[in-house]
Amino acid sequence: MDTLLEPFGYAFFRNGIAVATLAGALCGLVGVYVVLRGMSYIGHGLSHAIFGGAVASYALGLSFYVGAGLWGLVSAVLILLIARRRSIGADAAIGVVTTASFAVGVVIISVIGSFTRNFESVLFGNVLGVDTGDVLIVAAVTVAAGAAVFLRYRQLLFTTFDPEVADVSGVSTARMDILLALLLTALITVCMSVLGVTLIAAMLVIPPVIGRLLTDSFHKMLWISVGVGTFCGFVGVYLSYYLNWASGPAVVLTAAVLFVVAYAVSSVRRRSLPEAALDAHVG
Amino acid sequence: MSDLVRFERVTCRYGREPVLVNIDLSLAEGDFVGVVGPSGSGKTTLLRAMAGAVRPIAGRIVRDPKVAVGYVPQVETVNWYFPVTVREAVLMSRIDGRVVPWASKQDVRDADEVLDRLGIDDLGSRHIRELSGGQQQRVFIARAMLRRPRLLLMDEPTSGVDVRTRHDVMHLIHELHHEGLAIVLTTHDLNGIAAHLPKLVCLNREVIATGRPKDVITPDVLERTYGAPLEVLQHGGMPVVVEHYLEPEEERKVVPLREGHHGHPA
Repeated sequence: MDTLLEPFGYAFFRNGIAVATLAGALCGLVGVYVVLRGMSYIGHGLSHAIFGGAVASYALGLSFYVGAGLWGLVSAVLILLIARRRSIGADAAIGVVTTASFAVGVVIISVIGSFTRNFESVLFGNVLGVDTGDVLIVAAVTVAAGAAVFLRYRQLLFTTFDPEVADVSGVSTARMDILLALLLTALITVCMSVLGVTLIAAMLVIPPVIGRLLTDSFHKMLWISVGVGTFCGFVGVYLSYYLNWASGPAVVLTAAVLFVVAYAVSSVRRRSLPEAALDAHVG
Repeated sequence: MSDLVRFERVTCRYGREPVLVNIDLSLAEGDFVGVVGPSGSGKTTLLRAMAGAVRPIAGRIVRDPKVAVGYVPQVETVNWYFPVTVREAVLMSRIDGRVVPWASKQDVRDADEVLDRLGIDDLGSRHIRELSGGQQQRVFIARAMLRRPRLLLMDEPTSGVDVRTRHDVMHLIHELHHEGLAIVLTTHDLNGIAAHLPKLVCLNREVIATGRPKDVITPDVLERTYGAPLEVLQHGGMPVVVEHYLEPEEERKVVPLREGHHGHPA
């Protein structure tokens, strides 16, 4: 038992596993809406877009969180606005906005001539380098996101499933888009330097996809996704201690293994379903 | 009878392109209206404007504020792979007056009652993809009905379904109308649907004609609506539209049109 609890004797490990577990839950929660809107690439894209904000805040002497947060929010809102045009898909909207935003960051660096922030940790994260303050910030965003989804569950669901009819039925879909943009920006801003953009992108997508493979019910998918994200954050960091792996990739690989299991389970279940249930479609 | 919705010289547009121009129209309690017109003629925009989701750039839309509106979308626009069960889909329209995510017992009872009313009460826990075309249409009618509407707007409720399903869906819609609901539906089916409705609106960005099918399903109105000559026969007192699909060779033989006449191959 002492061996199992040994890593918890270290403060850096306690902070790291707490932040990874919280971030896993947060990504699992927000990721459901991201995946179901066909915007799986937005995590990766926004992480790059926020680079522009990070550089701008550095150049203007502002806090990283303020600059990157505002920049990310504007980018997310632009993506959602552009994606509303049917002739431009969500993937193209993400590509246009995030690359342009990234390019702005590069231009600012070329003009000011220096930029000292460590972007290696931004790309790959440093789970075991976080302090209690980081844990509290991620915890606060996780609680706020949970509360927002709890209070706007029906409107968010309706907007995600059928925005046109939601609009007709009295849901302010524009507000729901802004709420989702806020959640995404807050998530990426607080998790970026802790987990890294690669881990965020993976954890926004893999847990919801696992949930989708295992259920046809939205609320069950939401619970499964949050559960898988939480589990992977905790188990990934825990295993990384014993396997001596980098913590971020260990979390992603744990999620990938669960994806393979879920895929196999759903394949077996599909084979056992009556053919009519599989073939039923419009028309 | 009081108007549920009244359009006064309404013009709507998306971007620079006007979609509806100078529309004058009114809907009263118990109306049952079909809107016909070619693709892109503004039928869906007209429904959305009636529901209050599209604002006019000119004119005004007067709506009775006490009237709840139910909206049934085209099934082709539905994402059938979205993870929702039938009951979850129906309960989506209960968005008012409850903060917590889960449905109240009363909401669930109401949803089950509507599902029962539409004959799909045993499908509540099934995924929406696992239903037949007619059942899928009923799910979205049920979602609209859960709002307890007085006006039901339906965008092509019978598109993409077979004749039997079309018959079932139209039978259900007629029942809802007989129960007092005002209904507006759009359709491309002039013979199977439009000719059987009490009132039609022929639309091509502007209202070309309104009235009973036998008064508006005429070669002149249809040509002005669709921009193509259509022949209309009478069968048992009802108009029947005959469409001629000409081979290119036959089309070259068509006698040139004279004012008010349509040429046909010899």
